[in-house]
Amino acid sequence: MPNTGQDLRKYLRVEMMPNVWCPGCGHGNISRAVATAMESMALDPDQVVLVGGIGCAGRTPFYMNTHAMHTTHGRALAYATGIKLAKPSLTVIAVLGDGDALAIGGNHFLHACRRNIDITAVIYNNGIYGMTGGQAAPTTPEGFRSATTSLGNIEPPFDIVSLALAAGATYVARTTTFDAREMPALIEAAIRHRGLSVVEILTQCPTFYGRMNRLGDASQMLDYERDITMPLVELTRDEVARGLPIGVFRDEVKPEYVERYQALVQRAVRGDDA
Amino acid sequence: MTHERSPHAAPRLIQGNEACALGALRAGCTFYAGYPITPASEIMETLARRLPAVGGVFIQMEDEIGALAAVIGAAWTGAKAMTATSGPGFSLMQENLGYAAMTQTPCVIVDSQRAGPSTGLPTLTSQGDVMQARWGTHGDRAALVLTASSVRDVYQMTVTAFNLSERHRLPAVLLLDATLSHMRENVVLPEVQVENRRAPASVEGFEPFAGAEFLPFGAGARIVVTGLAHQASGRPAASDGAGAERMLLHALADVETDPGVFLHRVDETDDAELVILAYGITARAARAAMRLLREEGVHAGLLELQTLWPFPESLVARLAEHTGALLVPELNLGQLVLPVRAAAAGRARVVPLNRADGVLFSPEEIARAARRVLTGREAVHA
Repeated sequence: MPNTGQDLRKYLRVEMMPNVWCPGCGHGNISRAVATAMESMALDPDQVVLVGGIGCAGRTPFYMNTHAMHTTHGRALAYATGIKLAKPSLTVIAVLGDGDALAIGGNHFLHACRRNIDITAVIYNNGIYGMTGGQAAPTTPEGFRSATTSLGNIEPPFDIVSLALAAGATYVARTTTFDAREMPALIEAAIRHRGLSVVEILTQCPTFYGRMNRLGDASQMLDYERDITMPLVELTRDEVARGLPIGVFRDEVKPEYVERYQALVQRAVRGDDA
Repeated sequence: MTHERSPHAAPRLIQGNEACALGALRAGCTFYAGYPITPASEIMETLARRLPAVGGVFIQMEDEIGALAAVIGAAWTGAKAMTATSGPGFSLMQENLGYAAMTQTPCVIVDSQRAGPSTGLPTLTSQGDVMQARWGTHGDRAALVLTASSVRDVYQMTVTAFNLSERHRLPAVLLLDATLSHMRENVVLPEVQVENRRAPASVEGFEPFAGAEFLPFGAGARIVVTGLAHQASGRPAASDGAGAERMLLHALADVETDPGVFLHRVDETDDAELVILAYGITARAARAAMRLLREEGVHAGLLELQTLWPFPESLVARLAEHTGALLVPELNLGQLVLPVRAAAAGRARVVPLNRADGVLFSPEEIARAARRVLTGREAVHA
């Protein structure tokens, strides 16, 4: 269990606050969970790089007292790959929005998972593009309204967990901002995991997603998250899932990319391949 | 077969792309990320073989966007990092090239030009990316764009690209072309100087965007890097237009006031009634054309620009004062001729000579154009 109520300020760049997020937004809760996980692990902030893309979630690195790289839209995992590979001693955490990770950044997401490089990808999934005013995302459910789907979304959404599993990520978890107390432990497990970790966190955007789909205010949206999800359990043949499963879907040890590369360097330096 | 890292005394047959890879290693490049593309792939293949043996990193990324992203990420850990590509990949890199400029990230991007647009003429040569290398990313920025005209030159200019990139904390672009990349020449690799980015005297109070000094991630000063307009501290200042303009002008002045940036070769220009202004692979034919003309008694000269951007405006302006005409052969429909014409400002006639069919100029073709210019019978191009 992570500590709670501890002094997180060591991990927060307080002078950058207040943050850009709207009242009721869940991104602050997730960011706190990231800071709590770092605190629980007693990580040296000078040896951590938070890499963000573009969008609301991508702003997170500014508020963390680690190294911060706020990159281009969708490319955070590619930047993170360069950082981790060039300096493996750094802990690299990518904080991504759902559109950032899966629309414009979908290719980088798939290949980061495939390589199983030791990076933690925390995906803030609010089902919408918040920063640009509430347009549909590749995670917006069918029938839902947004600034670009006023008649209801006709595209099926991506299932982030299924994508990550299929692409080869070796730690895959999903939770929600309703389950705020579980978030830090999941993120800590993801950071500790040696390989590509994906933690999808359903989060509320009351400003656009909630308002456009009449889901109420932030607290009502948290209840909604509770109602549409269920703990990950083995279903018998006759059972039907009562909601989107949350929990740890995969936690397995497989060869990690940087370690494999370093082994290759050892061989090359010894001249085995000359 | 093993190669020495240090220059050889004895000449050996080297391909242009291989010379680029060797130059990168000599400059201290320890990180390469790329994506396969003709005619640049041998740079990547050579470094894929060579980097692991020196403890460096090679990674083949999922696309050119990711390749430059990984390079920039690696650069912020302190690595000298590069990628290489050709037109279609260079188009994809424009987004992160702008990020590298905005974040003052030293790195090197090699573009072996092939004829475009789009997939174009993948195996044929071109100089069609001159303007893209300057203006391809959105917005204004300081640019550093170099060229080479021989295999030996490719080696030297790759080192220079790293050096200037380190000195000015800018992404440096080295424009090669399909011919130079795949050409083999007998070369004695020259001795070179290697520059490294400067560390600040103290970590305390270090501001990552206050000047050329650089600290990587994990070196004691907490670094904030963003593509948003920002303060010297790195803190975003997305509404501070005046501050962003000040930082842009500072970056431009930093590179444009360094006389070491404006690399060029002048040949027989003192008494020249006509100067051929050429760069890259075309400079070879231009030099041969100049010799042909001299043998005929024509007072021809050559200015080979090795640095295209920042454009050497005062150099060209001075030349225009002392010569009658500037002939500008390019393997495109007229790109560098535009700043040449602006710099000449009517003091000398500026005559473009263009082809965009993937075929090199012959010396005779350039000499013929020069004779036409001197007899007042030149074709007028747009």
